[in-house]
Amino acid sequence: MPEPAFLFGQFLGGLTAGMFLFTIAAGLSLIFGVLRVLNFAHGSFYMFGAYLGWQVMSWVGPGTEYFWLAALAAAACVALLGIAIEHCLLRHLYRREELYQLLFTYALVLILADCAKIIWGTGQLSVSRPPSLSGAVQIFGTTVPHYNLFIMLLGPAIALGLWLLMHRSRVGRLVRAAVMDREMLGALGANVGSLYTIMFGIGAFLAGLGGALVTPVKSIVPGMDVEVIVEVFIVVVIGGLGSLWGTFLGALVFGQVLAFGILIMPRFSIFAVFALMAIILIVRPWGLLGKPLR
Amino acid sequence: MSRRIPWVLVVALVAMWVPWLGSRFYTFLATDIAILALFALSLNLLLGYTGLVSFGHAAYFGIGAYTSAILMKTHGVPFALSFPAAGVVAALFALVFGFFCVRLTKIYFAMLTLAFAQIVWAICFKWNDVTGGEQGLPNVPYPELGWMAAIPGLGQMRAGDHFYLLVLALVAVAVAALRRIVASPYGRMLTVIRENPERAEFIGINVRLYQLSAFTAAGFFAGLAGALFGIFNRGVFPDFAYWTKSAEVLIMTILGGMGHFWGPAVGAMVLTLLNQQITSYTEYWPLILGTILIVLLFGFRGGIVGALAGLGRRLRRR
Repeated sequence: MPEPAFLFGQFLGGLTAGMFLFTIAAGLSLIFGVLRVLNFAHGSFYMFGAYLGWQVMSWVGPGTEYFWLAALAAAACVALLGIAIEHCLLRHLYRREELYQLLFTYALVLILADCAKIIWGTGQLSVSRPPSLSGAVQIFGTTVPHYNLFIMLLGPAIALGLWLLMHRSRVGRLVRAAVMDREMLGALGANVGSLYTIMFGIGAFLAGLGGALVTPVKSIVPGMDVEVIVEVFIVVVIGGLGSLWGTFLGALVFGQVLAFGILIMPRFSIFAVFALMAIILIVRPWGLLGKPLR
Repeated sequence: MSRRIPWVLVVALVAMWVPWLGSRFYTFLATDIAILALFALSLNLLLGYTGLVSFGHAAYFGIGAYTSAILMKTHGVPFALSFPAAGVVAALFALVFGFFCVRLTKIYFAMLTLAFAQIVWAICFKWNDVTGGEQGLPNVPYPELGWMAAIPGLGQMRAGDHFYLLVLALVAVAVAALRRIVASPYGRMLTVIRENPERAEFIGINVRLYQLSAFTAAGFFAGLAGALFGIFNRGVFPDFAYWTKSAEVLIMTILGGMGHFWGPAVGAMVLTLLNQQITSYTEYWPLILGTILIVLLFGFRGGIVGALAGLGRRLRRR
């Protein structure tokens, strides 16, 4: 039996990884919940967030306030990119079969990945942690970097923010109505089209934010888009596509399975999460906290 | 009265002539196209005929490739046995995975096929002792093709040309079988299910059983294609089962046109030739592929064959 401090450290590591993924997965789940589009390009938005964050940092220089500025600017740029894509292209595919929407977002993956290579090259890039969060604290004998602590708190904050947006705001009410009956809402005079655009923009914003915030922990490389989209898919499938708290739960589960799976079967932890995803899909295709479609 | 041109015969005859062009490169390309055409046609049994969107078809391609490579390389089994074995093993996996997949619909079906494919990929990637892990299985042996040299006219050919003729014959048989399947009453039932699963259920068709059998058959043919590709590629790698490979074969099918039997084969050919041409100019092939895909999704819903057929109809009406 390993020491408790080690297990606790492992648990916190899983929690940090889970909350990182939640930041990204929340956007994917939001987009699916409202638009019913499974966005493969979400990982590409995440990658663009990372590259843009690095770009802004390299312009404005190091410093805590600049780090936040860069992260927000990067996320905002990604949101604009998402809005442009939804407005110009994706919205013309809503009436077609799912296959076409899937392939469209896959085409975006291919295009955006190459655009990133053209703009930023194929080398590794990295960003240092913001100075005010570069320290660490001792919790039960485990060293926890301030930055990881911040991420652990950011996840619940985003979840709460999205819940307030969906359940305590006018836009959220309209969005929930659009999910129920899009045509009826349109007939009542709401602009459903721009509602969808806004939601796609928010989803892209979250992906971009996740990408910009991951830069101090992981280096930025081509291929990070494909890597993250697989993980995020697993998270939303476990929790339930379109369900906010389900996604939160899915991210927690994913983080822990990965953290402790490595202890139990070092080589097959990656297999464990795919198997978990398959089992969930077989037993409860709509996920732990999701609702069946139709 | 207009006579129909027997296109299939024409293409088969042209394909048979490729080795006589004497270029190693053309034979290489033609082999690639023939194998991928079979792969894409097998997917279309699901996509175009049964209306099942599988996002994990590469799994069965990969399983077929690994089965044949492991049998031939590790156990020294001759090609004549390992080739059908690859199809059978892939079909068995498709049967097991499909059993769970066909109980789901639409997006969930696509997700579960993707999840199973990723499991297959993860196993291929990590199970070093059997699959060679990340390094894959290089140097898969060529089948013993000495007997071909004894056939008059084929004596002076290279091994690659002999293998190409073998691939061509095997693919032709497999495609003929596929064609037979979709034209049979069974194939018509699949089309009924694609058009309206509820109505099919009402008239007493066991929809899930039909879908499962189609899934298994598609897995079988994908496994055969994988076995050939492993030998052609001189090695088998985990990438064969990765989700981007599944997307690639979907693109081929859509590009050619999933509404026609030969559409996916045309898609495989066009995509392979384009890839060959474009990668000699630029490394940004994915960018071009993505752009082609978007144009296709917005402009040519029926794919290349759909567009050609539409054009042909319009010309005839004149």
